Amino acid sequence: MLTIDRRSWLLRIPLGILALVLVALCAEPAWAGPQEADPEYRALPFISSRVLMWAVAELHLMFAAFVLAVPIFALVIEYIGYKTGDRRYDQLAYDFTKLLSVSFSFTATLGALLTFGLIVFYPALTQYLVKIFSWTFLPYVLLFFLEAFFLYAYYYGWGKLPPRLHLFLGVMLNIVGTAIMFIANAWLTFMNTPNGIDEMGNLTNLWEAINNYIWMPINIHRIIANVAFGGAIGAAYGAFKFLGAKTLEARAHYDWMGYIGIFVAICALLPLPFAGYWLGVEIYAYDQSLGITLMGGTFSWLFIVQAVLIGNLFLAANYYLWLSMARIPGAERFRGFIKYLLGIITLCFIVWATPHSLVATVEEARAMGGAHHPILNVLGVMSAKNTAVNLLILTTYVSFLLYRRANKEATVSWAKTGNWIQFGIFAAVVIYVVFLGVYGYFVDAQTRIGLSQPQVMSVLFAMVSVTVIDIFLFKNAKSRGEIVWGKISARSQYALFFLAITFTWLMGLMGYVRAGMRQHWHVYGVVRDTSVDAFTPTLGYAGGVVSAIVIVFFLLIAIVFFLAGLAGRKDWEPKSGSRWSKAEASATVDS
Amino acid sequence: MNLFVLLAIAAAMVLVQFGVTRWVKLNLLAWMGIWWVALWAAFSYGINPPLPNSIIVLFMAIITIALVAYLSADNEELKQAQESIGRFMVTRQYRVALLIVMFLIPAAVAAWTFSSMNQAPQPPSSGRTIHPPPPSSITFQGTSINLTTANNPLRELQHTDEAAFAEHVASGRRIYFENCFYCHGDNMEGAGMFAHGYDPLPANFNDATTIAMLQESYLFWRIAKGAPGLPSESTPWSSAMPAWEDFLTEEEIWEVIIFLYEFTGFEPRAQGMPH
Repeated sequence: MLTIDRRSWLLRIPLGILALVLVALCAEPAWAGPQEADPEYRALPFISSRVLMWAVAELHLMFAAFVLAVPIFALVIEYIGYKTGDRRYDQLAYDFTKLLSVSFSFTATLGALLTFGLIVFYPALTQYLVKIFSWTFLPYVLLFFLEAFFLYAYYYGWGKLPPRLHLFLGVMLNIVGTAIMFIANAWLTFMNTPNGIDEMGNLTNLWEAINNYIWMPINIHRIIANVAFGGAIGAAYGAFKFLGAKTLEARAHYDWMGYIGIFVAICALLPLPFAGYWLGVEIYAYDQSLGITLMGGTFSWLFIVQAVLIGNLFLAANYYLWLSMARIPGAERFRGFIKYLLGIITLCFIVWATPHSLVATVEEARAMGGAHHPILNVLGVMSAKNTAVNLLILTTYVSFLLYRRANKEATVSWAKTGNWIQFGIFAAVVIYVVFLGVYGYFVDAQTRIGLSQPQVMSVLFAMVSVTVIDIFLFKNAKSRGEIVWGKISARSQYALFFLAITFTWLMGLMGYVRAGMRQHWHVYGVVRDTSVDAFTPTLGYAGGVVSAIVIVFFLLIAIVFFLAGLAGRKDWEPKSGSRWSKAEASATVDS
Repeated sequence: MNLFVLLAIAAAMVLVQFGVTRWVKLNLLAWMGIWWVALWAAFSYGINPPLPNSIIVLFMAIITIALVAYLSADNEELKQAQESIGRFMVTRQYRVALLIVMFLIPAAVAAWTFSSMNQAPQPPSSGRTIHPPPPSSITFQGTSINLTTANNPLRELQHTDEAAFAEHVASGRRIYFENCFYCHGDNMEGAGMFAHGYDPLPANFNDATTIAMLQESYLFWRIAKGAPGLPSESTPWSSAMPAWEDFLTEEEIWEVIIFLYEFTGFEPRAQGMPH
């Protein structure tokens, strides 16, 4: 058996190695030559400092997104539980919230690592950004402190504080978290579309620097994307627990949790393309060079990768809904619709993923008469893409509508008319969206961009109006049976994992694009990148780095899941015959 | 489109649906196989000019995922499919068919490998036809021009003095046919008399994704600086475009730009806008 002293020696060995590694990593390498007084960059011996910062920033962002998103829908679920008096909602909100405390610690640690990394490896850039945004740091720190207070009060106060006070804490947690994100977004968006500075890069107006071209689009885009991401990770947690559940009751609960998580994610996914579109418009408006690099230049192929991933997201979301129908009596009536929905989704997926300039051999290109195919060319432009994504959204909504009414039979006298009105709305909107898509080919670029708005609005109109009709249509509906939570195949849970991983991967890739479009600039047009890394990583290389980051993220999130799972476990008890149980027994006898 | 092929595929599908199924009951797996082959044939032979192989692979990958999703979206259907595969593998009556399949799969792989290794050497695929990002400013004949804010000075004449605008358009037409049409063609489709010698082909201005999506200052930069002025980022570029600043004046370049838009009927992309 180890003595205390020997154990402490054994502990010292890894700690010593760790200290040596840290010294080796942070010290200026001997082969770097004479040291400058104020170096612009510092390098690492074994890994590019850019890749390290890239990974740390992305991991920080992923955890931050999760920590900001979960309180949004946990609060909504808790409120539903409060209003309806249904304790299951309260338990569900608490299950989501359990994931927060460890994630918050990871976020803060990664944020600190990012800050230190920027100071050490990019001192000149950091100094410039500090000069511009110094006034925002104090509110940021104060808000961060408040965030910690509200988060832990919200978590530890569950069931211990009066419901209204607890809900108030949740509201404050969301307000403070959103404010923190808005401040951090100002720093990073300034790097892409700097504003409020003179020609020498000196600050002239702090508010203009904060409220730069893409600040608000990024704020909105991130709120929505965070909810989608948080919902997907929460659903993955539900799936993880479902697959390991030992009782029917646990299966039912975690099946429900997975469903709610993915429902939240899909709801947020639907408006996300439009927020992204607004962001793109603002980027182009700031500088055509950025817009061209993004959509028509270096990164244009990445958007094909994005389209493939988002197409898979929609497909997997629909797939999950179709599998979920197995738990609803009466859902078999709607099985026949699936093939048509799948046909539309596949067609839209193909349109969305069709590139404008094609990868072709010289012979193939000569046969086409250039890099653009005369027929596929039609599918490679914005009009076709917008039409496809609108129809994808509408189709996903129809899948949800079928799921929603699976075990219901309308009893109102106007049921048939109501169904026809709903069908009419769908038909009219589909025709309108397709018409605008085709019309887009015959107008100038400015008008074409404007056409996306009526397309979006008409789809939103269809979803809202059909939902309202549906609510009244199925009021006092006859039930074909209760939903049997837990009666679902394991495939559906793997679909939830797939959705969570795809969301995360997509987030990483989009982070690469947002930073990469600046190309050789740290702050676009103001602070030039003069480091050895002043080149844009290729898509393949970036794909590799992002994939590695996603793997690390899921390893960390597995730790979060494990630690969150400990909360519900029984207290540890010593095995009979172990030295602990003997000691306990003798202590009992002594007493 | 190759209508004959597409109609033949459609006719074959109708025949399977209403003819073959009278004698043979097809299960879902068989239907999936039929759909897969039909769509592959349509993409491979039904479209003219043929689709590049990369696109066929992309489309078929999406279709394969969709078909697998359909099969596994229903527990009963999946169970039946699994059982039918199991029956095929173990039932005596299918032994010959199983042996044929076991031979055909590696034989197909071998045939594909043999044919792909026996193809004549080809230059590598080119998947890179992208717009180069413009710099924020350029120096044109000693004068600095900010490309983010520069506007075509002749554009306002379109509304204030139509006659003068028409004169500039006519001048642009003359310049185009004196200098540009040899490569870009008399209809601006990128098929001029020299075009066959270039790879990639000259830009097709009638395509909705070239000048219709760009601001006029972008065109000014490309015409003025040509291939020598392409940026150092996102290389390698492949272009034979001369730097026309050595041959044309600033006004002449703006004139040819308004002619390009007038001829094609496109409107230039506006600057700035939201925020």
